[in-house]
Amino acid sequence: MRAFAKLVHALDSTNKTNQKLEAVHHFFREAEDKDKLWFLALFSGRRPKRAVSTTLLREWAKEITKIPEWLFLESYSSVGDLGETISLLLPDPKGYMEYSLSEWMDKINQLPFYDEYEKKQFILKVWGSLPHQERFIFNKLLGGSFRLGLSTKGLVNAISSYYNLDASIVSHSIMGEWTVQNSNFEELVHGEYVDSNLSKPYPFCLAYPIENIEETLSDLSKWQIEYKWDGIRGQVIKRNDEIFIWSRGEELITDQFPEIVNEVRKWEGDFVLDGEILAIANGEILNFTALQKRLNRKVLSKKILEEVPVGMYVYDILEHNNKDLRNESMSYRRKMLESYFVNKQLISIKLSTIVKSESLVELSYIRERAREINSEGLMLKHKDSVYHVGRKKGDWWKWKIAPLTIDAVLIYAQKGSGRRSSQYTDYTFAVRDNENLVTIAKAYSGLTDKEIQEVSRFVNKNAVEKFGPVRTVKPELVFEIAFEGIGWSTRHKAGVALRFPRILRWRKDKTVAEIDDLESVKKLIH
Amino acid sequence: MRLIQFRPEGIYCVPGKFFIDPWLPVDIALITHGHADHARWGMKKYLCHHFTVPILRSRISPDIQVQGISYDENIKVNDVQVSFHPAGHIIGSAQIRLEYKGRIVVISGDYKLQNDGLSTPFDPVKCHEYVSESTFGLPIYQWKSVERQNEELANWVVHNQSYHKTSVFVGYSLGKAQRIMKAVEDTGPLYVHYSIHKLNQAYESVGIKLPKYEVLDFREDVKHVNQGIVIVPPALVDSNAIRKIPNMAYAICSGWMTVRGARRWRSADAGFAISDHADWNDLLTAIKLSEAEKVYVTHGQTAVFSKYLNEIGIASEEVKTEFGEEDDEIVSAKVEGNVV
Ligand SMILES: [Zn+2]
Ligand SMILES: [Zn+2]
Repeated sequence: MRAFAKLVHALDSTNKTNQKLEAVHHFFREAEDKDKLWFLALFSGRRPKRAVSTTLLREWAKEITKIPEWLFLESYSSVGDLGETISLLLPDPKGYMEYSLSEWMDKINQLPFYDEYEKKQFILKVWGSLPHQERFIFNKLLGGSFRLGLSTKGLVNAISSYYNLDASIVSHSIMGEWTVQNSNFEELVHGEYVDSNLSKPYPFCLAYPIENIEETLSDLSKWQIEYKWDGIRGQVIKRNDEIFIWSRGEELITDQFPEIVNEVRKWEGDFVLDGEILAIANGEILNFTALQKRLNRKVLSKKILEEVPVGMYVYDILEHNNKDLRNESMSYRRKMLESYFVNKQLISIKLSTIVKSESLVELSYIRERAREINSEGLMLKHKDSVYHVGRKKGDWWKWKIAPLTIDAVLIYAQKGSGRRSSQYTDYTFAVRDNENLVTIAKAYSGLTDKEIQEVSRFVNKNAVEKFGPVRTVKPELVFEIAFEGIGWSTRHKAGVALRFPRILRWRKDKTVAEIDDLESVKKLIH
Repeated sequence: MRLIQFRPEGIYCVPGKFFIDPWLPVDIALITHGHADHARWGMKKYLCHHFTVPILRSRISPDIQVQGISYDENIKVNDVQVSFHPAGHIIGSAQIRLEYKGRIVVISGDYKLQNDGLSTPFDPVKCHEYVSESTFGLPIYQWKSVERQNEELANWVVHNQSYHKTSVFVGYSLGKAQRIMKAVEDTGPLYVHYSIHKLNQAYESVGIKLPKYEVLDFREDVKHVNQGIVIVPPALVDSNAIRKIPNMAYAICSGWMTVRGARRWRSADAGFAISDHADWNDLLTAIKLSEAEKVYVTHGQTAVFSKYLNEIGIASEEVKTEFGEEDDEIVSAKVEGNVV
């Protein structure tokens, strides 16, 4: 596994794109075909199911190191990653086990067939035979997320530059369902399995936040303007009478939305549509909190299906009767899309409305009122634009409504995991509720490194507890919290939930007496 | 009478009427070592190891009143027998032993058990009460051997050279910088920042030989360092000065670099877990060797470490001090003085 460990280490220790590319190319030159496939599988989220529970791993690690539970937890909270914590705690290895990545994966894939005793024998032997970096990777391979220093986009770029291929072709080729066992790396990246695989989605085209509004929109007639919705961006694929729904996170979510599947089934022909999945009741789009109730359920009861009906607003068409339309212009694709909606009785699927506006003034007015219909703002797509892979400046813009903000006080702090595990980076904020404070939001990002250090110092000096990962702190530091939306929630003590809360700035000029109260926060809900 | 007390000014020796590493101005200060959080300005009289004298003069002021003492030499201060013993942390670093009416207390300052080849190796001292740091008082911190560490640094330099890159190391000017210099000796031309040079002089003045180097003036053009080795203090991280270095690959050397998250947070090209503090196992070893019946834990992971000591049957208490605030291990950009 040395080659793979070297790759992970290299990816991990730089944030320069070129060096990451260099490291991946180096791996491609040296590694076996199966190892490359595993690398691709792991870095694109196709890891095998966890075969050994984290509870067992922890028990075994404590047994070997002879440290008490509380000290193990202290170590874990300081490192932020279980696999890494265990690897750091274990004593130095006595021997070395030399296997390639794919050999390791074969062994790991055997684990489900072992009983607990055999599993333990195997894991303990490995732990005693690998140096830290490889031991850490082994623990990661056993389960958990495997996103070490390389994004999907970076992965695609590395492959496309190595083989001199078009990035969009590569993304298309490696998406969808394939297995290491039944594939060959070269064939896979060259798209040789694409046609046989009906489910393959296209990479989504994304928009940048708008810049130089006046200049960009000087000629409004060149732009197709739509509302921007806050749901789940999805791709609906119908090929050979099979239907697939993909999320932007490249997850197959077909089963979660039977309403959409049933309606699409009635449509003739093959196609790929791009749209937004939303909770829609009586023609009205519901607040994001409604949609959240529908997500990640194992079983969709009749009750929940009635309570939160789901539909899709369709933005675009990417494929029509097996013809890729992505290089056609937006206006062409829109016309094609509209033709699908002619003479159809539709309940769940709707065509995204075009916002008509004569002037920028009028358009800004429409944007400002977008929140009233639970929209996040506007989308502007150039009528000549093709459907790009990912983000490309100039053709598509999002023009969001300004975020909502409140002033809240810091009450809990937790050490960050991974990247910032030595500092307090995860914060919980509260607003006033009469005489008390009530938790309103958790937020991670938004402060500079320097501010994080300052907050960490404050936390160290003003913490109530000394052990465990969460520190209760004196309510003193006030922050301005921005968020995209707000809705009622029974899961939160405050009775409301904020959408995408983040720290806008540290209000050193304000004291805890000046923070917002819950009543005024509730008034922000439509 | 208690031999030591923890006072607002620092650790106080009651019968001796002096302080050890105080953080507020006092009359007599015994100094364990030259790091800024242990050796502060404003004392009427300083007493420290001979090797620490030039460091204090260079750091605080040339005209402080300071007396040097050798390791294992006995002196009396107001009826208290005082001696300094090697702590292995940096040159001149000492564990200060106090003896009064048969009662012995050792204040160890900062220490490490690994022999770095520059400072006098740690020498255990038996006592009744031991005052210990716990900067790396978590079992996740376990250092590699010094040979292995040096090898890794040298390999990294060679690797960079093969990619025509300049190797830039970030390390504290007192202690860490000199260790790095030793480790990469003979792998390429060596350049150090002025603040490191100043402390190198203190090293050389007490007879320690360091590898040949050139002082780097960041006000001038620095293109000539290309593909060489540059050592800078932490204050220069993210500064404009460091950005002038051509084809830079930069590494941070600090015990915190053990954890992946810490390495990634500083987004250095490499992070080496090299420390002048004891790791978890060595902290425990030092405490066991002292045979102390009571251990005071002064800075670092105080709560965790003293809880653990109590659990394994060594009476321990955490003490609030102002050590470690400007810890020599902190890798963030901090103004260190004399930074160009
Ligand atoms: Zn020190
Ligand atoms: Zn210290």
